[in-house]
Amino acid sequence: MNVNSKPVLEEPKTVFFAPISHPSPGSVGKTGTWRTHKPVVDLDKCTGCLICWLYCPEDTIIRLENDKVSIDYEYCKGCGICAHQCPFDAIQMVPEG
Amino acid sequence: MTVNIKRIPKKKFLMPGNAACPGCPETMGMRYLKMALGDNFVMVIPAGCSSVIQGIAPRSGIYAPILNIVFAAGASAAAGMKAGFESIGRKDVEVVVWAGDGGTGDIGFQALSGAAERDDDILYICVDNEAYMNTGIQRSSLTPYGAWTTTTWTGKREHKKNIPLIMIAHGVKYVATASVGYPTDFIAKVKKASQIRGFKYIHLLAPCPVGWRFDPALTGEIGQLAVKTGLFPLYEYENGKFQLSPLARRYKDPSKRVPVIEYLKLQGRYKHLINKPEEIKKIEEYIESIWYMIDVLEKAFNPKEEARKLLGSL
Ligand SMILES: Cc1ncc(C[n+]2csc(CCOP(=O)(O)OP(=O)(O)O)c2C)c(N)n1
Ligand code: SF4
Ligand code: SF4
Ligand code: SF4
Repeated sequence: MNVNSKPVLEEPKTVFFAPISHPSPGSVGKTGTWRTHKPVVDLDKCTGCLICWLYCPEDTIIRLENDKVSIDYEYCKGCGICAHQCPFDAIQMVPEG
Repeated sequence: MTVNIKRIPKKKFLMPGNAACPGCPETMGMRYLKMALGDNFVMVIPAGCSSVIQGIAPRSGIYAPILNIVFAAGASAAAGMKAGFESIGRKDVEVVVWAGDGGTGDIGFQALSGAAERDDDILYICVDNEAYMNTGIQRSSLTPYGAWTTTTWTGKREHKKNIPLIMIAHGVKYVATASVGYPTDFIAKVKKASQIRGFKYIHLLAPCPVGWRFDPALTGEIGQLAVKTGLFPLYEYENGKFQLSPLARRYKDPSKRVPVIEYLKLQGRYKHLINKPEEIKKIEEYIESIWYMIDVLEKAFNPKEEARKLLGSL
């Protein structure tokens, strides 16, 4: 058998395309617009226990200096978990608009 | 190991503005994972809600490097990645599989069982929302008895497959159950697991407001009720020793448990059986069978108990 040393197929050209994503806020936009109700913190009632901060699924509870809290309304989706978990009734869910 | 909330650093553990539904248990769990492991871990995510939660490139909502992988290959891809890290001298990097109940108990099961048997040095976390949520709430082998899904629209007739028990039967280094209703317990278990070399498995119950049909404000509470009703006991199995987690011990006594109806009535997926006592009874019997199994496990895997017996016979 006559072995042809020339490759039948051309060496394929490899093109690297690396669609690497990086952690950054707003990967689907400003999710604050999803809200129907917004959480409002009563700083007089808040003891800084951080239970709401621990349970918030979005990381949209901001820890202030003294560990009392405020809300990042740009991204908070208004689920109401923070208000439900707060042992001191310091968060109310208020209808939007 | 106890976790003090106040001592968790004041920083972000998840990127807000991701694609998860409001009240999502999977994003809750991912925050706790990051709180437990810091920066030195990589996630391997087979198809499921967590693939989508990341959002749209070039941004990602999850604060960790991720390998998105086909459904069947979560554990095997992680095992290969760990071997890769070891070959470049980075044994310290924790490789974590983050898979749904479908990706764990059904489609990814053979890869999981293989990695467990080989004692591959990975941490496998099953985020159990009890159905295939990402594709629109189809039943999985981990959907519980009676629950409505789009493929069990009169209620599932079979009980939930007990994956943690199957992992214990593999004789792996560490198996634990946890719930997003008890974040510090889950964080402590992840921390502990990350200090063990070999195969570790954590089963995280993740009540999903969309698929279970409840008010998204209740994700944490339903995660707690699952434990308080005795339906989902929290425990650890470590190097041949089995023990109930402290906060779940009291529910060994049936009189301390919250009646299961309190758990069922909050969820639309059980709406059709709320007024059927014979169906509720079936679920109560299931709880009994779970605790019977716990009792057997406590006796079988308790070296202290064994030692006491030996001493007694001397
Ligand atoms: C082999 C294969 N079959 C089916 C699918 C479609 N699919 C993508 S995600 C998904 C559901 C995942 O369910 P689960 O693992 O429970 O995770 P969850 O979405 O509930 O977090 C399915 C069926 C797929 N990606 N690959
Ligand atoms: S749970 Fe309530 S009291 Fe505690 S930090 Fe949050 S708002 Fe303040
Ligand atoms: S409503 Fe939900 S998303 Fe908004 S701050 Fe409270 S827990 Fe977080
Ligand atoms: S369907 Fe459930 S688990 Fe999936 S993203 Fe929505 S809330 Fe989270």
